[in-house]
Amino acid sequence: MSNMFFIDGQEIAFTPGQTIMDAALAAGIYIPHLCHKPGLTPQGSCKLCTVDVDGRSASACTLPATAGMKVDNNTPALQEVRKTLLQMLFVEGNHLCPTCLKSGDCTLQALGYHLGMLDGHFPPFYPLREVDASHPDVLLDRDRCIVCALCVRASREVDGKNVFAIGRRGANARLIVNSPSGKLGDSDLAADDLAAHICPVGAIMPKNHGFEVPIGRRTFDLHSVAESDVATPVTLKKTEHHDE
Amino acid sequence: MSKIRIATTSLAGCFGCHMSFLDMDERLVGLLEHVEFNRSPLTDIKHCGPCDIGLVEGGLCNAENVHVLREFRQQCKILIAVGACAINGGVPAMRNHYEVQECLEEAFLHGVGVDNPMIPSDPELPLLLSKVHPLHEVVRVDYYLPGCPPPGDAFFTILSDLLAGKEPSLPKAMLHYD
Ligand code: SF4
Ligand code: SF4
Repeated sequence: MSNMFFIDGQEIAFTPGQTIMDAALAAGIYIPHLCHKPGLTPQGSCKLCTVDVDGRSASACTLPATAGMKVDNNTPALQEVRKTLLQMLFVEGNHLCPTCLKSGDCTLQALGYHLGMLDGHFPPFYPLREVDASHPDVLLDRDRCIVCALCVRASREVDGKNVFAIGRRGANARLIVNSPSGKLGDSDLAADDLAAHICPVGAIMPKNHGFEVPIGRRTFDLHSVAESDVATPVTLKKTEHHDE
Repeated sequence: MSKIRIATTSLAGCFGCHMSFLDMDERLVGLLEHVEFNRSPLTDIKHCGPCDIGLVEGGLCNAENVHVLREFRQQCKILIAVGACAINGGVPAMRNHYEVQECLEEAFLHGVGVDNPMIPSDPELPLLLSKVHPLHEVVRVDYYLPGCPPPGDAFFTILSDLLAGKEPSLPKAMLHYD
């Protein structure tokens, strides 16, 4: 009884030290997230997993569960906040899905579907960012990078290398490559490294495999990111926004 | 009962959304019992009169696009942004990485297979905007129909819902950005 807490009123077991996110995942409860992968050190940067814990906002991927804790997750208010965060991620980069190899397999896009996002709401930044095609097997297109640092952590913690890092801060944060020229082709990234495959968006992509599965038959064309909401209709009118 | 008036236009788009609109196929016949078309590439009417619904495909890449969009907003009670380009600039916004001058030089001077290299300067041609923009940066948009293009079924759903006086919605499985 002592190692139990509540998500949306449902009682969930946890092991001491386990985060809200990992306990929820183990119990089959979906909390939206982009920068989290079980097994890697939690980063807590995308904030999509924002939940209300006993009335205060927290990141489910970094906060350890404690006995009796009451967590609100799937509430209309939190889904709206998450949609706004998603819209900011879309307009900060260049996310022109019809031009993107990752379309249909992209977690950012799938979350847009899950949260019923219709438009970017904010004026798009259309930032100028650098594409790095120097590696023979892996493409790095920073236009689509959401700076989730999954590749940074995968390279350090699993591949035993140190290929990536995040440089600069805030809206200027960029993925940088640890090599003499700053180019991926000069780094020790290998095609079968986890870092080459973990990107949730179309920023780090294996070359030569782009259209093995046609658009319309890809992961999130057939499944929801939450596996529970495919039948829910989405209203085509934009809901009221926080800044209106 | 008088018919519902619909206007449609393609701004910085490829007419793919209009082709998809025609994918409603025989359902168009039933639809035409309830609606009539005002300004549209389907009628060739050049200026938008007062309408109930305006469907706008494409984003804004030149001064004329902005002008037409404002006319649609003034004349249409309900304005719908149709397709990826109208919603976030889409494929034409790939040129936002470059200066207008660079684009013109690539297209008309240095591009592969260019004959008689010359940048067009006819005063009738609308001037290009320095960047491509989505519709909602310039006017208020009432509804969004994502997709590149949205499928015929999505057009049918949004129009059927609006004709029935309902708030239009799509099943989530039909929501796509590609
Ligand atoms: S990374 Fe995802 S959201 Fe961005 S353009 Fe590609 S498919 Fe769309
Ligand atoms: S390249 Fe991909 S995995 Fe790496 S920080 Fe950017 S979005 Fe995240």
